[in-house]
Amino acid sequence: MFGKLSLDSIPYHEPIIMVTATVIGIVGALVVGLITYYRKWGYLWRDWITSIDHKKIGIMYFLVALVMLVRGFADAIMMRTQQAIAAGGAEGYLPPHHYDQIFTAHGVIMIFFVAMPMVIGLMNLVVPLQIGARDVAFPFMNNVSFWLFAAGVILVNISLVVGEFAKTGWLAYAPLSELQYSPDVGVDYWIWSLQISGIGTTLTGINFFVTILKMRTKGMTLFRMPIFTWTALCTNVLIILSFPILTATIALLTLDRYLGMHFFTNDMGGSQMMYVNLIWAWGHPEVYILILPAFGVFSEVISTFTKKRLFGYKTMVWATVAITFLSFIVWLHHFFTMGAGANVNAFFGITTMIIAIPTGVKIFNWLFTMYRGRLEFTTPVLWTIGFIITFTLGGMTGVMLAVPGANFVLHNSLFVIAHFHNVIIGGVVFGMLAGFTYWFPKAFGFTLSEKWGKRSFWCWLVGFYMAFMPLYALSFFGAMRRMQSYEQTEWQPLMIVAWVGAVIIALGIACIVIQLVVSIRDREKNRDVTGDPWDARTLEWSTSSPPPNYNFAHLPEVHSIDSYWEMKQQPGGFKRELSTHFEDVHMPKNTNEGPILGLFSLIFGFALVWHIWWLVAVGAIGMFVTFMVRIHNDDVDYHIPAAEVEKTEREYHKRLEMQA
Amino acid sequence: MRKRNSLKYLSVMTWLTVPLLLSGCGSALMDPSGPVGQGLKSLIITAFGLMLIVVIPVIVMTILFAWKYRGTNLAAKYTPNWEHSNVIELFVWAIPCVIILFLGILTWQTSHSYDPHKPIASADETMTIDAISLDWKWLFIYPEQGIATVNELAMPVNTPVHFRVTSGTVMNSFMIPNLGSQIYAMAGMNNDVYLEGSEIGTFRGRSTHYSGEGFSEMLFDAHVTSQADFQAWVDKVKQSPDTMMFPDDYNKLAQPTIGAPVQYFSQVSPDFYGDLIRSYKSGHGGPQSHGEHNQAQEPSMPMSAQAAE
Repeated sequence: MFGKLSLDSIPYHEPIIMVTATVIGIVGALVVGLITYYRKWGYLWRDWITSIDHKKIGIMYFLVALVMLVRGFADAIMMRTQQAIAAGGAEGYLPPHHYDQIFTAHGVIMIFFVAMPMVIGLMNLVVPLQIGARDVAFPFMNNVSFWLFAAGVILVNISLVVGEFAKTGWLAYAPLSELQYSPDVGVDYWIWSLQISGIGTTLTGINFFVTILKMRTKGMTLFRMPIFTWTALCTNVLIILSFPILTATIALLTLDRYLGMHFFTNDMGGSQMMYVNLIWAWGHPEVYILILPAFGVFSEVISTFTKKRLFGYKTMVWATVAITFLSFIVWLHHFFTMGAGANVNAFFGITTMIIAIPTGVKIFNWLFTMYRGRLEFTTPVLWTIGFIITFTLGGMTGVMLAVPGANFVLHNSLFVIAHFHNVIIGGVVFGMLAGFTYWFPKAFGFTLSEKWGKRSFWCWLVGFYMAFMPLYALSFFGAMRRMQSYEQTEWQPLMIVAWVGAVIIALGIACIVIQLVVSIRDREKNRDVTGDPWDARTLEWSTSSPPPNYNFAHLPEVHSIDSYWEMKQQPGGFKRELSTHFEDVHMPKNTNEGPILGLFSLIFGFALVWHIWWLVAVGAIGMFVTFMVRIHNDDVDYHIPAAEVEKTEREYHKRLEMQA
Repeated sequence: MRKRNSLKYLSVMTWLTVPLLLSGCGSALMDPSGPVGQGLKSLIITAFGLMLIVVIPVIVMTILFAWKYRGTNLAAKYTPNWEHSNVIELFVWAIPCVIILFLGILTWQTSHSYDPHKPIASADETMTIDAISLDWKWLFIYPEQGIATVNELAMPVNTPVHFRVTSGTVMNSFMIPNLGSQIYAMAGMNNDVYLEGSEIGTFRGRSTHYSGEGFSEMLFDAHVTSQADFQAWVDKVKQSPDTMMFPDDYNKLAQPTIGAPVQYFSQVSPDFYGDLIRSYKSGHGGPQSHGEHNQAQEPSMPMSAQAAE
């Protein structure tokens, strides 16, 4: 009846898990209770869960990412604590079967359920506004993407309490992830949470690719697009080209595990090397999917806060395009030690280094944007400066790893861990947090507390260096990644320093939470009625904050890069004059099918993990029927009457005048 | 002046990283005990130095520009519409290009000279040792001496060793950090790496590629000894009553264990290494069923080396 699932699947004997589950249960019950008490379920369903508004979907993505950041970070600090203790024969407090799940979950959660939704969340919020559009190309699909992603998140979190998660490392290298070596459900959780959320990501990629190419406002040629939109375009190209590789690879592993096939097994002609090649053919573009939008954020931030045009816009664009292309021909640098010949290794080493050229150019361009500017040290600028320095160091260690000879001794060591946290924290996290502070007032109409933002930045920066510089050093003593324990007591002091660093990062995360609480409390004081709190340059700042659901009452017309800045530079300046003539606005309707589809996909995934075949059928039929209902539904759009648009705009102007 | 302090702090943080990186001196990688490790050490230092040529100026410029063009410094020049300069563009492309050109040449050359598959030039004859990763221990076969060991390795000083590396389980990676390069151990694959110890001593070797529960204790001692001591060690191993015949003895050893003790085997079957690799090509899951791993799979048949041909 319940497949492999029984009451024994719940790890009662693990106090850490049980306490965590209890806390999550209490917090969850509290949230549900509060929503019920304040009768907010209807509001939540109508205004958020079924919403096709790209801004709200963006906010939901980012919110889930922040929650999952806490989960992923809890894993991180548990690992650091284990390594700070488990020296010289000490076993620490985490036995291997638990420690191995934690480092796997940490990697999976941080990449797929923190970094990705932050990137996708920012794209959702910002891209349509930057190109002067009223929504994305496929608003329903956007909602479906989010709920598929959410199903993946929920599945990963279920694995904490029901059964276990993979003990294979975040990429589940075969043959360790094959049934022979991982007979438990952990790898199946990995498979289905990534498959379901991965399809959501692919749909997002298609959606935004089409949105950016087809829905730009009048006059916005490709070379007048804001740099963030350019990086988003390249990122979506990468998603479209690389995520199907991940889906196919995991599907082949699924066939191995569920139907006894032999794509990646040791025997019967299976090839583990094929698995490693395929997973990195997706995996390397993936890191550029994450970092390119961060580059875009830094470009917007630095140009806005130096009050100066971005230096070398075209160079910036071409550098981004070059990185997009090159990211597909470097994947082998993740496994030089597999034993390919010298020519192959040298080829991939050199292509990897070539990426340093356009990246270096970008860094110089940011520097020359600051040059002869008027730099205002706001929180986003601090993140940007922290990024330039940290990322430069991370890039350098990356090039060191790209030299096959050096890689033969650095591979699999803590050097690799230090390197990719150096670029992912210093690049992606700093970038997303800069974007969070920068665009928060656009989403909510009030600015975030600068004081707590800066405190968060300093904690993250100091914490990062303390947590990861010791790992670089330890790697030269032969310390490897994924060690549950180690013999050498002389490594312990540096491991403790790294632990202190992780604690400081925890303070940084706490500062973000406090920043949110304090800013929401003081929202009236921090209110921004103008819609343009930073005196910024691109179209999203030309509408009100938060923008009306139709974004722009009249679609703007663009004549240059930094189009909004140009409008403000006109003689007499830019005035938000109330138009005399309004038209009906054509908008998509909210959808019930998106969240329902997500729910059935969650049931489908969970049932497959536990081999509950009747429930698999329920999930599959449910998804199919929901999809059929949707495609036979013609009532998917409506017009906001001109009178209502006029009313909204008049109210906004009243507020503007009151402030003036 | 909060801002001023923050910037100073930033530069201090940056400089703090340098001694940390340099603290590698006296470590396995920065004080290696073999020619491969020594070569790779100088390669790492060269690559690091080459990149500092551009990294240090970038960091200095970041701090300098951010400070000089701060919003409150109204004395500094301000050109809001300046966005292009051919001269600067030329330099920002040329400098990384030149550095990468040098690094690229270095990479091409060292990828060939330090190719793990390339024999080490030496007056002494190269000896062969087979390293086989199992759950979670290392089996070393000395085909020339006809002996085998678990989790202990001995090799004569200044003698190049050809390690043939494969796996009887999932992917692992064979490495003795003090001696140099690592290489993946994969079932059914014949991989290899040439290493040499130039100093007498005992070095820790390990699997560096995560392979499951017992991974952290998949360690072994590598003794680099004088020729005489090596011979004595071989004789000691030969005293052992145990043998390592394929597939029977192997199947017993291949059962998963964590932190396995050192074991000696006075005899090995001829072409043990080849038999193991061929057993994966025959269509069945290795020579034996993998104990607890195998719950979910039908038991595969033990098969003779002959059948595997």
